[in-house]
Amino acid sequence: MPIKFPFSRRRDVSAETWTKCPSCESQIFNKQLERNLRVCPTCGHHFRMSVGERIDLLLDDDSFVERDAGIEPGDPLGFHDQKSYPDRLEASRVKTGLREAAVWGTGRIDDQRIAIAIFDFRFMGGSMGSVVGEKLARCFEAALAERIPAVVISASGGARMQEGTLSLLQLAKTTAPLTRLDSAGVPFISVLTDPTTGGVLASFASLGDVILAEPRALIGFAGARVASGTVGEELPDGFQTAEFLLEHGFVDRIVPRAELRGVLSRLLRLLPVARLEAGQAGESRGWGPIGVLSGIAERLGGAVSDTVGIGVESGTNGDPATSREESER
Amino acid sequence: MTLPTIEGLVPPTAEEEAEAWRRVQLARHPQRPRTLDLIPRIFDDFVELHGDRSFRDDPAIVGGPALLDGRAVMVIGHQKGNDTDSNIFRNFGSAHPEGFRKAQRLMRLADKLGIPVITFLDTAGAFPGPAAEERGQAEAIASSIKLMTGLEVPIVVVIVGEGGSGGALAIGVGDEVLALENAVYAVISPEGCAAILWRSPEAAPAAAAAMRMTAADQLKLGVIDSVIAEPGEGAHVDHDSTAAALKSAILAALGRISRLDPEALLGSRYARLRGIGLHRETEVAAREDVAAPSLRHRIGRRLHLPGIPRRPRWSEIWPSSDDGENNEGGA
Repeated sequence: MPIKFPFSRRRDVSAETWTKCPSCESQIFNKQLERNLRVCPTCGHHFRMSVGERIDLLLDDDSFVERDAGIEPGDPLGFHDQKSYPDRLEASRVKTGLREAAVWGTGRIDDQRIAIAIFDFRFMGGSMGSVVGEKLARCFEAALAERIPAVVISASGGARMQEGTLSLLQLAKTTAPLTRLDSAGVPFISVLTDPTTGGVLASFASLGDVILAEPRALIGFAGARVASGTVGEELPDGFQTAEFLLEHGFVDRIVPRAELRGVLSRLLRLLPVARLEAGQAGESRGWGPIGVLSGIAERLGGAVSDTVGIGVESGTNGDPATSREESER
Repeated sequence: MTLPTIEGLVPPTAEEEAEAWRRVQLARHPQRPRTLDLIPRIFDDFVELHGDRSFRDDPAIVGGPALLDGRAVMVIGHQKGNDTDSNIFRNFGSAHPEGFRKAQRLMRLADKLGIPVITFLDTAGAFPGPAAEERGQAEAIASSIKLMTGLEVPIVVVIVGEGGSGGALAIGVGDEVLALENAVYAVISPEGCAAILWRSPEAAPAAAAAMRMTAADQLKLGVIDSVIAEPGEGAHVDHDSTAAALKSAILAALGRISRLDPEALLGSRYARLRGIGLHRETEVAAREDVAAPSLRHRIGRRLHLPGIPRRPRWSEIWPSSDDGENNEGGA
């Protein structure tokens, strides 16, 4: 891939200015493709988006604050296939400018504050290893502690093979906080984009209170080749597309990209975070106005614990302390 | 670039590769004791229950209430066959969504009655066929995992044969996770990993070694808590003594976790899952121009003051690049 200098006037006209639509094969002027949110103006094919483009598409200007930008993966298995894992990571970093396959932070949609995690498929196929799992878990824990809705935009081939079962267990690590969001009354909206498969679909992505998908996105558990290869069956029409999942009841709505921000905004308004009952304590206590008030009330009453909710920044060990203290009270 | 690693885990040698592959073969041995071989040898009574109450009974997963040393428990496990006919009936232990939904139903019953859940993992993976996709294979696995993270009863998980990816983890979230010595646990089958990363199914032994599938390696990774020794050449030579070793390991594990009240149990299960993985925290110089723009930046930009750069769009920082197909990571 040629190195692009943003300020260079020289351009490779043929390769850099036009993109061929893989669906209808029409030639699209790149500027036009960007203006059209990377959707083909002829046939409506949704091209994949980078994390940066997603942030600009969905969130209010200046509202996104990235969290935990510095978490980096290890090489727990010393994994080496034809390339070493560190080399593959480095190649993805150079290609995308990202440090990992997902970014999380807080932001606003029409002034409604959310915790949001966004995948970038170009970084090792959007695969989920320890870092992506950690970011997702912290995103959900922040939603819980701050009592704001969680939104995840998925685009992933699944669990990252290079971290072995540590990646597999990220399915459970990212799913466990959702149980807590349920009891705390905090909504989670999952948005499935092309492609969302494997371990990401088999965990949090399938567990949204509301699940949205982009048109014609590839969404499925096993790769289509695996599915037909294993059983030698003809695959049904539109197998593993967003439309297939809608028909079978696993997706709530298919939302064209231009409408995604609007639909998310409406859903956030229609699905408010549950209000806390007075005196309700425990994990669901947070930093919302009511949470803070009840926190103050409790402090005045003397029933004080140092750990409020789940420590957002406290990492992996913040939690046992919480539960221990709670059980002691 | 140097990345943090785990001590003792260095690129496998040729001998280690052969050894990993030998274990995979043992885990898949046709005479290896299956869940229904182990249950009568471990439990005093067992009544198998059938069906997910929604679609059908999936013979690839079995389960029901049982007595363990006089104590009521719920046992659930993958079930492979012992010959061609039984393997076809059991779909080689690869469950459809209704199998996981049956497991969920049984777990909810255990939760209602406050009895521990014991699961036996032995599957190459969840079935990947069109029918499974149609009925929501991913959702079934995801909701099983979620249910297990919130069960208020002790859960002991035993990997008895193949721990194959999401299909195994769907009934594999526990307070204690044990594995038989020759059991294996992996995020994808070694054949699948080899096909994707080596582009050759012959590289399966190399993939098996690289993924650290063996019980001993899983212990080092902190994914499992203990390894149960097998008799002689492996569990297939002596089902009785394998079951006896399993029974005492399960009883010991239950003894350790049964002391916790439900809240402490859920807390420690959460902490266990939350702690799995290897990463490091580094300080990244904050891009104050974009991430949390300071008041100076905001006002400066509004008033077009000199020296305050225009705020770049996030899409300029992380733009799309022309990407080819990139499937080097996911499973």
